[in-house]
This record gives sequence, C-alpha cells and structure tokens, in this order.
Amino acid sequence: MSTTVTTGTGEKLWDGGNQPLGASYGKMMMWFFLVSDALTFSGFLAAYGFSRFKFIETWPIADEVFTHVPFTHGSYPMIYVALMTFILIMSSVTMVLAVDAGHKMQKNKVIWYMFLTVIGGAIFVGSQAWEWNTFIKGDKGALETKGGRILQFVKADSGERAALSDFAVTIPGDRVQHQNKNGIWFYGEGSMPSYSVNEVVKGFKENSNILVRTETINAEGEKTLLSREESLAKLKSATQVVEGANLIHNEYGSRLFADFFFFITGFHGFHVLSGVVINLIIFFNVVIGTYERRGHYEMVEKVGLYWHFVDLVWVFVFTFFYLV
Amino acid sequence: MAHEHKLEIFRGLLKFKNNTQKIWGVLAFLTLVTAVEVVLGIIKPESLTGTSVLGMRLLNWIFIILTLVKAYYIAWDFMHLRDEKSSFRRAIVWTPIFLVLYLTFILLTEADYIYNVYKDGFVTWNF
Repeated sequence: MSTTVTTGTGEKLWDGGNQPLGASYGKMMMWFFLVSDALTFSGFLAAYGFSRFKFIETWPIADEVFTHVPFTHGSYPMIYVALMTFILIMSSVTMVLAVDAGHKMQKNKVIWYMFLTVIGGAIFVGSQAWEWNTFIKGDKGALETKGGRILQFVKADSGERAALSDFAVTIPGDRVQHQNKNGIWFYGEGSMPSYSVNEVVKGFKENSNILVRTETINAEGEKTLLSREESLAKLKSATQVVEGANLIHNEYGSRLFADFFFFITGFHGFHVLSGVVINLIIFFNVVIGTYERRGHYEMVEKVGLYWHFVDLVWVFVFTFFYLV
Repeated sequence: MAHEHKLEIFRGLLKFKNNTQKIWGVLAFLTLVTAVEVVLGIIKPESLTGTSVLGMRLLNWIFIILTLVKAYYIAWDFMHLRDEKSSFRRAIVWTPIFLVLYLTFILLTEADYIYNVYKDGFVTWNF
C-alpha cells in the first residue's frame, strides 16, 4: 500500500491489526492532530480577517511595513519574506527526500537530509527573530493622536516617508525621563522616545517639505496625504511619539496589526522551533540506528508530516499577512 | 515493503520517472508560484487592483487562489496525500475546509457589520 509503512505485525482483526484507512495508528493520529492544529491556525487567521474587515479603511499596508533585508539599507518590500518562504519550502523538500530515503532504508541519506532540514528550520526561526526585532525597533517613527490614530510623515517633494530624525528639532531641556525615585508612587516609565511631541511639531513647522499621512486608505489603495494646513490642524491632536511597535502602540498603524503579527507569527515560529527540536531528536535516533533496527523509518515520515504542516501554515500566513 | 507513488502531477500532464524527481518538480512549481506572487505583490498591476470581484480586489483573489494551489501540492505531494486511501484523504481534507469556510463567512460578515456601525454611528473614532 503506497507509501504507508505497516507497523502492525499481523495481529488478529480485533487487536488493532486492522487498518481500514491504510494508515498506521501513529500516522493517523499525527494527521488528526494536524487537522486540529490547522483549525487553531484558521481560527487565528479568521480573527485577523475579522479585525481587518472591521478596520478595513485604516489597516496598515504590509508592503510598507516589511521592507527591510538584513545587511542592506533601502526599501525592498516582500523580498526577505519571500526568501524565508523559499527557505521553508526548501527544508520541506529535504524532509520529503529524507522520508523517501527512509523508505529505501538508506540510512546515510536520511541522516544528511534530516540534517539539512534542521539547518533550514533554524535559518527560518533566526529570520523570524530578526523580523520581529526590526518590527519592534521600528522604522521611521510616528505620532499618536488622542483617539489612538497614527500620524506618519512624508516628504512632499519625493513622496517618500520621512523619519522623525529627518526633521524634528531638539529643544534643550524639554523633557526628562521620569524615574521612580522622583515619583510619588515610585512608578518609573519605560524608555523615552528620541523626540518629544513638541520637538516633532516644531520641526514640522520649520520644515515646509513635510506632510502628514493618516491611516485612512483612499480609493487608490494608498494612505491619505494631508495638505500642509490640514497637517498642522491634525498635529494639534497628537499626544505622544511612537517609535516601533509593541502590543499597545504601533507606529505602522492599527495596533491590532501588531498584536496579530506577534500572535500569529509567534505561534507559527513556536511551531517551527518545536519542529526543529523534534527533527533533531529524530535525527539523533537515525544516527544511532534506532529505525534501522526497527526495520522501518515511519517515525521520520510522521515528523515529516508535522514539518510539512508548518510549511503549509506559513504559506497561508504569508498570503494573509504579507500579500493580501 | 512496496512503496508505490503516484508519479503524475497536473492530472497526468507531467509524469516523473521516480519519486525524487517528482519532489524536485513540485519544488520548482512551488517556487515559481511564490515568485509570481511576490512580483505581483510588488508591481501591483493597475488592471488587477482596480477590478473588484465579489467585494474584493481581483489581485487578492489571485493571491488566495495561488495559495490554495500551493497548499494543494504541499499536502498532496510532500505530505503524500496523493498516495493515501481516498476515504482517509477526504476525512482529513474536507473537515477543515468545511469548518474554515463556515467560520470565515460568519466572522467576515460580522466584521463588515461592525465596520458599518463604526462608520455610520454617531460616535467619532478618529480624533
């Protein structure tokens, strides 16, 4: 029967030797686990869709958020995520080659392909960590209004995004960090942004080449640019400077975007991490010859299913987070 | 142990000599699809973003369809569902598809309703 490896040793019909679906118990349970896990991820992605449809006019545009590539400067939207996708698909390929070699009982080939799979997975997890780091540190900086909306800045002549450091001025002694030794209730504050709201606003007034960009998406699918007068009026409602993103503030736009980014890619990254660990365990088992003695490599096939599933989920995360 | 793989993809249009070759063939196809997605995502052709089908941009429909195509080949060839018994395969595939379609329909409809409440309500959200 096809690629299925039979673990049963020919028990009687009612002793579990019967396989009406042509798959061993372990493999079937792996599949059913994957089905339930797929439903979990679908729940997350559907919740993402819910929040996005709720704020469909103000949702951040992913290509403008994920524009960085390690070791380079400049804006390369999507390139790095596409590369990560390719790395994960590639490690799926080495995994399926390991399963294939396992069916042919070629121990050394299984060892090599498992090794490559683990390496691919590790590169992917590392890339995701880098992606998180870049996202958290932030890019250009923005202002947040009383209503929690984000105001970003654009250079009027080139249409490029302007970083706060491009135009904000420094007002000496404007604001010092509040430390808990000075507070009545001994509450300090987290890190201070590089500029205060006053500094950004003053810099904006002095530099006529800067315009405010709101979260609202116009008919062309781009964020709305305000005129100089509208921008100045809008800046009056700014309450704080936001640099980077966390669960509460997000310089890229809707904070829910950051929440879902951390939650969904984090949950997926956790799957990849556990997949790498499981693959490593199986890798060492192959090396010490456990499956050679057992007579079949079905275990490699089962962890392979999990690994492919991680890849499968990423394909969907990639589409719904980065493309659509 | 006999391990027979079905070595055809695209409904028999493309036949492979052995399983290893099929794996590389599928990889090439998946890479191609991803490349197309990325290129479309970067240039965003006017003709695709301008037209709307069933309330969503044509480009987004293309992305979703291409994703499902990729998912199909990952599940069918990498996870070798193609070689499993059809009853097993259907139990695995149709259960999530049904539940996910149902959930997405409910949640997106509801979200659209809330969007309209925010939009037409008498409370200002943008201040």
